Amino acid sequence: MSTQVETGDPRAAKTARGSSPIVTSRKKKVTWKRRVEVIGFTVPALIVYVAFVFVPIGYALVMSLFDGTPISPFTNFVGFENFTGIFTAERQFGQPFFWDAVRNNLLIAVASLAIQGPIALGVALMLNRRLRFRRLIRLLIFVPYVLSEVITGVIFAQILNPNGALNYVLTEWLGLEGMRFFAWLGQVGDGGIGSATFWVVMAVLTWKYVGMAIILFMAGLAGVPEELTEAAAIDGASYWQIQRKVTVPLLGPTIRIWAFLSIIGSFQLFDMVWILFGGHTLLGQTGMHTMASYMVTMGMNRNMVGYGSAVAVLLFVFTLIVALIYQKFILSRDLGSDSRAIRKADQKKARADAKAAKIAARELTAAETGQET
Amino acid sequence: MKTKLRAGGIVAMAAALALVVAGCGDDDNGGADPTPTPDETTAVDPTPEPDETDPPAVDRDPVTVTWWHNGVGEPLYSFWQGIADEFVAANPHVTVNIEAIQNETLRNDVLPTAFQGGNAPDLFQSWGGGELADWHAEGLVMNLSNVIPDTVAHIGAVGNSWAIDGAAYGLPFTFGPSGFWVNTEVWESAGLDSNNFPATLDELFEAWNAIADAGYAPVALGGQSGWPVGHWWYWSAVKTCSSAALLAASNNHDWSDPCWVQAGENMDGILTSVNGGVPFNQGWLATSAQEGATSASGLVVTGMAAMQLMGVWDIGVMGGIYNEANDLPSDTLPPAFLSWFPFPNIPGGGGDANLMGGGDGFSVHTDAPVEAAELLAFILSDSVQQRYAAMDNIPTNPNAFGSIPAGSANLLPLAALENAGFVQLWLDAAYGGQIGTPMNNAITAFIGGQGTPQDVVDAIVNAAG
Repeated sequence: MSTQVETGDPRAAKTARGSSPIVTSRKKKVTWKRRVEVIGFTVPALIVYVAFVFVPIGYALVMSLFDGTPISPFTNFVGFENFTGIFTAERQFGQPFFWDAVRNNLLIAVASLAIQGPIALGVALMLNRRLRFRRLIRLLIFVPYVLSEVITGVIFAQILNPNGALNYVLTEWLGLEGMRFFAWLGQVGDGGIGSATFWVVMAVLTWKYVGMAIILFMAGLAGVPEELTEAAAIDGASYWQIQRKVTVPLLGPTIRIWAFLSIIGSFQLFDMVWILFGGHTLLGQTGMHTMASYMVTMGMNRNMVGYGSAVAVLLFVFTLIVALIYQKFILSRDLGSDSRAIRKADQKKARADAKAAKIAARELTAAETGQET
Repeated sequence: MKTKLRAGGIVAMAAALALVVAGCGDDDNGGADPTPTPDETTAVDPTPEPDETDPPAVDRDPVTVTWWHNGVGEPLYSFWQGIADEFVAANPHVTVNIEAIQNETLRNDVLPTAFQGGNAPDLFQSWGGGELADWHAEGLVMNLSNVIPDTVAHIGAVGNSWAIDGAAYGLPFTFGPSGFWVNTEVWESAGLDSNNFPATLDELFEAWNAIADAGYAPVALGGQSGWPVGHWWYWSAVKTCSSAALLAASNNHDWSDPCWVQAGENMDGILTSVNGGVPFNQGWLATSAQEGATSASGLVVTGMAAMQLMGVWDIGVMGGIYNEANDLPSDTLPPAFLSWFPFPNIPGGGGDANLMGGGDGFSVHTDAPVEAAELLAFILSDSVQQRYAAMDNIPTNPNAFGSIPAGSANLLPLAALENAGFVQLWLDAAYGGQIGTPMNNAITAFIGGQGTPQDVVDAIVNAAG
């Protein structure tokens, strides 16, 4: 037996290599029936994807080259004039400004990560311990996320109205007379972090979306093996040391995917601000437009469908660039979509496999030699 | 991996292209095969109105008329259906297919898409002004002056905002002037006489200050949507400018008359003359116009504010909010303490006889069968308009004015409408969205204390391009 292993019996080598099944012989058996099956499953999805993703993108792209109206969008070809118009636009009296909207999207993306991340992590870690009413707390935290954006927007618009509930509480209960008709969502200006209205919007967005982060983090925490934390505890690590050195690092993939979703969501933010501000006028006066609301205002309210489409194309390109950069530099560790990373991982696995095979062989040999002696 | 993706992308793009081509093909087919079109001779042949003499039902090919309106709520929904049924009973060769679609959806999404796709309805809601001018420029609307001239003549001047170069391309079935809706209880508790509303600007200022001194918000303004703020400046312009200057702006996009800058200066005068420069409810910019008790309409009907400058529909809005706040059935009539008075003249202005407002109308598609125009004539006939007025609406057919219920709050705006020398459509509607939206933005900023009267005019001229 020992000689068989040492001379490299093919069966033994295969067993040692282990994990990957042999597919070479099956490849030849791909019949037309299987092909029909594959096509049958993919084509419907592909058609839907093309019809509702690629066609609208192409449509918007073509429309952005015209200065059309809603009833005849493909009249008056202007080439890239809409795009140059966006990039060379100057601030005009009382009108929304595109670069305010871009800045708002970037600020909302950064502020969402900075505010929601720590809150969600803290709450998730807290809820990960055995607590009374844990399920109830979890449910309550997730409810805002389940509410539709429109309902949330309407509720907060009512609460934050100058004659709304918040100002009533502040004046009648807390005696803050100066807040009687405070317009939380009506601070006129160019928006940005210097505007109180910006932070009011951030508060609403946090209320709405932090539940999603918490649930994601809790799911991630459930995947952290208890053995690791137990082992760390036995080694004398404190609770905080365990969280910092073991749990949070292992939560990395979850945090990274949440941050990705949060950034994309921030870039596409529309419905919540639109409802909250009751349409484009107040968004414009407070400088709180997002790229998406600016797009709708110009395209639908000002009837400049070509210009609006150009904004839509830019929004798509911005989001795509951010998504690609994020995937390339941050998410690649988790998704393994980067070919170099895959190659590296494959090489690493091959080396590990070879090492394991060697060890197995050596152990086998040692065992057999032991038996012989 | 990369090559696979690229190949996939090419396949996807090819499929997209195929679908685009197929989509265009469908449009073409749809465009080539619309509802039966009348031959040219019948289209220009004026046929008698159905209510006057029933047209002979024999010898006419079966025809389908599609009708899209915004009357999604009762009682209007059933009313229009009943009118269509009557029309079909009198014209058995006609089938009328009705779609009721919510106003903004119909206006901003459904109709433009239908016009693009070549499957537009035959008879559809029409708001007049700049929007109708765009439709006319695209050749989408029928010249009704050729088809139903008697009806066009009978509706008269109130239909001007639906006319282009003297020809009617739509006709309003209701038109209401804007004015001050007043909560007379608040008015009287400030020591004012609700049988004697202000007739001049000075009297208005006096009342304004008296109400503020009594601790109420004198005038509620819902600035969140922009247009209610716009209405203030519009009124200043309509009372400052002559009808010729107003028409030059609507028809030729000419705002060179000095009255337009003067309108802003007069507006500024109004804002600074009252209540120490705090004319409206505090936080008006973030107050909605008519959604719920915290809106401007809500403030008036719940007694927090005394009045609001608004269109005639406001009484219905306020009634709804009042019923909701007091747990009354939704069909309860608006409370009797609401009253109305028109915007006073501005001393030295050129628009004393002018009035502003808006209405709802219908237009007929160019390719529609002549029966669609006949249905519109029926809608505007004495019999139908009288029943419409009896439901406490302001009709456009003068023979139906007397059918508004006695004691209705709508009788006051109607009287103002009858006395007006010139009726201007809301300026944003008259100029269309491309100009109207930036105009409202500039006015909102101006009334909020920024910029100059010239800035507003510049914003309008810039937007007009």
